[in-house]
Order: sequence, then structure tokens, then C-alpha cells
Amino acid sequence: MSKNVTLTIDGQAVTVPAGISIWAAARKIGVHIPTLCHHFDIKPYAGCRVCVVEVAGARALAAACAFPVAEGMVVKTNTKKVREARKLVVELLLANHPKNCLTCDRSQNCELQELALEMGVHEVRFQGKKPNWPIDDSNPSIVRDQNKCVLCGRCVRVCSEKQTVNVYTFANRGFDSTVTPAFGKGLGKVKCTYCGQCSAICPTGAITVKDDTEKVMAAINDPDKVVIVQTAPAVRVALGELFGGEPGAVITSQMVGALKLMGFDRVLDTNFTADLTIMEEATEFLDRLKNGWDMPMITSCSPGWINFLELFYPELVKHHSSCKSPQQMFGALAKTYYAQEQKIDPKKIVSVSIMPCTAKKFEALRPEMRSSGYQDVDYVLTTRELGKLLKSSGIFFNDIPPAEYDPIMGKGTGAGTIFGNTGGVMEAALRTAYEVVTGKTLENVEFNTVRGMGGIREADIDLDGTQIRVAVAHGLGNARQVMEAIKRGNRNRWDFIEVMACPGGCIAGGGQPISKDINFRAKRIAGLYEDDRKLPLRKSHENPEIQAIYRDYLGEPGGHKSHKLLHTHLAKQDREIDAN
Amino acid sequence: MNSNPQAKCECLDLSKLEPVFERYKEVVNGALIPVLQGAQDVYGYLPVPVLEAIAERLVVPISQVYGVVTFYAQFHLEPRGKHIVRTCQGTACHVRGASKILDALKGNLGVAPGKATDDLQFTLETVACIGACGLAPVMMVDQSTHGRLTPDAIPEILDKYRQ
Repeated sequence: MSKNVTLTIDGQAVTVPAGISIWAAARKIGVHIPTLCHHFDIKPYAGCRVCVVEVAGARALAAACAFPVAEGMVVKTNTKKVREARKLVVELLLANHPKNCLTCDRSQNCELQELALEMGVHEVRFQGKKPNWPIDDSNPSIVRDQNKCVLCGRCVRVCSEKQTVNVYTFANRGFDSTVTPAFGKGLGKVKCTYCGQCSAICPTGAITVKDDTEKVMAAINDPDKVVIVQTAPAVRVALGELFGGEPGAVITSQMVGALKLMGFDRVLDTNFTADLTIMEEATEFLDRLKNGWDMPMITSCSPGWINFLELFYPELVKHHSSCKSPQQMFGALAKTYYAQEQKIDPKKIVSVSIMPCTAKKFEALRPEMRSSGYQDVDYVLTTRELGKLLKSSGIFFNDIPPAEYDPIMGKGTGAGTIFGNTGGVMEAALRTAYEVVTGKTLENVEFNTVRGMGGIREADIDLDGTQIRVAVAHGLGNARQVMEAIKRGNRNRWDFIEVMACPGGCIAGGGQPISKDINFRAKRIAGLYEDDRKLPLRKSHENPEIQAIYRDYLGEPGGHKSHKLLHTHLAKQDREIDAN
Repeated sequence: MNSNPQAKCECLDLSKLEPVFERYKEVVNGALIPVLQGAQDVYGYLPVPVLEAIAERLVVPISQVYGVVTFYAQFHLEPRGKHIVRTCQGTACHVRGASKILDALKGNLGVAPGKATDDLQFTLETVACIGACGLAPVMMVDQSTHGRLTPDAIPEILDKYRQ
């Protein structure tokens, strides 16, 4: 397979590995072949025919996304025939598209709109059937408008190939073809984990995130409310992209400034509760390791993953840490500890979180997430929603003077910040576990063996004599493999496992900015590691605010108060498909 | 989606699927379509619990099973009548009044094309052409062809099949 072939694309010779597609070969010489159904994250499908090219000697135009290169092949990507064919394809796609672009969530960020512009489609000569499907908002995180579906099948493929959840399918045929969950059920009535990868890969406005921006603005405008906002680690390396920035650029202080300008009363950091999660989770892990309780222990702050576990592997929930996610720990403390310390009536607090994640919306609504006596987190906005809100608030993001998080629950360490990428929670936990177990100072805090993008990574960690074996998985397809291995008896002898629902971790969560950069994951991850390196403190237990909360309020990690506020239980979820 | 009470019939005996599974147990991949065909032979159509049982046994996602069932015209998600009435909508039948024949059938049976009557005596279907243009307008009931139809002739023909 490592053989190279040389072909000619638009008169230019190019040597590429055998087996890659014409589309990928063209990229290497700077030729952009437009696509719609194709996406670099998933296997080619060749359904839309937007990427057609002329291949010398071939009878018909070839789909560049799927057509493999061959030695001596002569490809033309910009002939009259190609241009006309592509334009016609886009025109036909538009024939039954609603074309209400002005009021569409994806306006100016829609691949169909962009194609129409690129192809120079100035009129649509055909009038197709417009079925007028009702909007499906039965899912707590994701909204489907089937009228805008172009049948590219990206959602079908990402949900099956990457996540192995298989919510969507193509149904019916010909003009009646649709993309739908089984039996035409609503997206809230099937076994969906709410990971939102479909909403991040959909080229149009057919799958979007449930919009809670107006509710948050209403709270900000209510003079009786104290609106507290927390920002997740992964948001700070992606939000800037919505304002022209590069993936991975760390814009924390601008974001904090913008949130203050928008009118949030207190701007606090989820990194603080990420550190707190480490205190609780590392304590729980060492306890379970010593006593051999339900090992391996699975750590994760990923609510999409938790849904997956509860839906597909309920028999394994006992392996999961009882710790809440940082978002929910924050929520529970905002209306208890924070209210008490800051002398605010908890009834007046509206707790908002800015998350890279669509499943967090569901997590906040779970009935057990009310340890404060109120709903712990009132509203969850995704990074994309925050971008919209900032734009509608008239904020020139790039001109915002930098600002600092407000004190208490506003300070996080480097360990907290790397929660946003795959391997980060594991590394953060190891930094603290090492010092707890050995009583020695950990000199090199970077655990390179758990870093990287491998789907399932394993490492042997030596805690100064105590050997532990850890695994890190990201993407639910990889998580499924790990679960199957545990069911077969954990022959890998893992002690500690980190799982993130989304490939790459939270930095590529379903609520993050939609990126066209093929390396966006690596860049955002590099951004978080850079943030970690630059922070003065890189171990959770060294965070002075963490030390203060245990001293003044919680007592000790894993103690009575922690259990009441910071821990939860998992249980089988039922969302059985019935006949109606 | 499924409004027919038969679809949720509690008397559905899933053990009747076992011989079908047994027949294809050696097939590693690709048994889905023959198993669906076998199941439809047993139950007359493919009720949801049957599809769920097939998905579970063959370890195929239920969404994919639904996709296959809706793709092929041979599979039916709703119960079928004892007699299948196929009325022709081809060009020759069309010019000789096929639409009036269809109206008469809809009126007599009280169902839309694709649906079964409540008593499950008949399922009404339209077809593009049955290749008997000389007899237009034409319909088939089960394997019998009825040609040169008029709307008035419909009740008498259907009554012959009624029990």
C-alpha cells in the first residue's frame, strides 16, 4: 500500500501514495475540488456528485472523493463539462431546498450556500417538491429540520462509523428518500447519546443545536437575578474561530472580557471544578485501587459518553466513577458554597455554562442534578451559541480588552485546562495521584504516553513503586471496543480508563465551531497544552482556591459534603423504540 | 406511525422466527434480506417487534433494518389484506379512465392505495403497468386479471372475493 503513483491533475504532475482519492491528490497541489457529501472525517460516499472531474479514457465523469488515483491517470478538474455538471447538481439540490437562508442558523456558514456561490448559480430553473416536514425538537440538545436535508448522509455515517450509535438511516427511495431515525421516530425517542457530532458535520441547517440564547439574555436583563457564568476548558481554544481566529488560539482573557461586557454578573471558570473533579476522582481511584472495588474505574466528564454507557452497557455502570462532571460540580457549588461565600441569595442565582458540548444541555436537566436544592445549572450554551450571542450583542470580539476571571471558583490550573482534550483528564489525575501516593514532588508533569490522537491508547504508569495500567479512548466507537474488552474479562488489566464521547475530546465537541481545517483537532489540542505550559500552577491540588474550599467548606476529598454535592449515580436509561 | 391495531397485537409469537434464523445461521454477513423475507412469509408483514428481534439477533442496528425494509417495495410494515387488489395506472389504462376505477375501489373498500381494509380482507395497491393494455382499464385481484372495467362493475367483482 505504500507504493506511490504519479498522475496529472490539470496539467500538473503529482506523486501521491497509491489508493488515495483524486480529491486528496488534488489538495496536495492546491486544487480545491468542491464537495458536499464528502467530509475529511468519514469514509467517502460519492452520493452528491458535486466533486465530479474528467478522467481521460473514462466513459463518464468520476466522483473525485471516492475515485482512487492510478499510475499515469490524467485528470481535469475545471473543464466546461465539469463546471456545467457541478453547477447543475447544485441547482438540482437547490430545487427542493427551502432557501430561507436569511433566517437560517447556518447562514454564512452553510456548505450548500457556499457551493451555490462558488458555482455561480444565479438562478434555479427547477421547482422541486417541498414536503414541509415538521421541525423535530424532541431531543434535548439537537433540532432537526428535515426540509433542509440534502441527503448527503454525513450524519448517518458519523453516527455509525465514528460513534457506532447508529441513530440515523436512509429510508425509502427515489423522491421519497429521507434521512431519519428508525420508524420515523423523533430524535428524542431513540437511543441518541446527544453527542451532537451530527450537528457539527451537517453541511446545512438541517441539524442544529437547540438554541437557549434568548433565555440567557432574559436572565441577564432581569435586575433581580445574579447571573453566573462558567466557561469550559475547550471553549477557550475554539471560540476565536467564530471571529476569524485560528483553531487553537487561546483567547481566554478576551472571552472573559466579552462575557463581562455582555452583562454576566460573575465570570468564573469550569477549570476550577475540573481541578475539584481531580481531587475527588483521584481520591476515589486510589481508594478503589487499594480495595479492588469494581476495577477498572472509568473516569469521564463526558455526558455523551455517560448516555452511551447507560444506554448500551448498563451492566458496566458500576465501573464508572461516581464523580459528577466539572459542569455539574460547579452548578452544585454555585448555589451553595459560592452563594454562601459571596452572600448572595441562591434563589437569585442563574447559573449558566458555556460548553463545547451538546449533551451538557441534557446533563443539566437530569433530575438528580439538583443537589443545591435548585436546578444546579440553569442554562447551557454551546460555543457556537455564545458566538451568536456575542455577535447579536454588538461585541467586536477582537477589540475586547483582556480581563480576568472573578475570584473564588475562577482559578484553574493547567491540569484543569487539559480536561478539554483526549487524555487530559487522565494526565491531570496522574499528576495528583502521583503526589498523593508517593508524597514526593512530581518534577515532569507531562505524561506523554497518554497524549496523542490514537483511538485507544494504553500506558503503564509507575507511581513510585505502585504500578497502574491506564487506557484512554475517544470517540464512542473506540469506547465501545474498550467496553467489549472489559466484558470479555479485562485481559488488558486496565486499572483506570478515560473516555470522551467525541473524537479528540471536548475540543471537537458537538457544540464547537464548525471547522474546515483538516487539522483543527490537533491545533486546538496544541492550544490547550500551550495554555497548560504557560499557567503558573499545573497540578490540581496546588490550586489555592481548591485548598480553600476543602479547608472552609467541603472538609476532605470524598468526605460527606463532597458526596452530597459532587457525586452522583448512573443507571440504565431506557428509550425503547415502540410502535407509535 | 403504525395505526393498525394488529401491529401491536399481543398474540405476536416471536418463537415463529426461530426456524427462519435457523435457516440462515451459517451466513456471517448479509442474512438480513432473506431473514426479512422469511419473517414476512411467517407473519404476512413485518411488525415492529419482529424487526427488533431480527436486529438484535443479527446484530444489525434497528435503524439499518428500517432503512432496508423501507427501501424495498417487497417489504411491508403494515398488515396486508387476504386479497391484494392491484389497479393499473399505465398510459393505456389512464386514457381509458383508470382514475375512475381507482376512485370506485377506494370508495368500495374505504382505504387509500397502500392500505389494508380494517377487516383485513383486501389491500389496495396501484401499479404502473401490468402488461395487459389491450384490456384497459385493468386490475388484478391476487392472480386473476379483470379487464375492460367500469366503475359499476367494481362492487360485484370484489364481492366474489369477500367471505
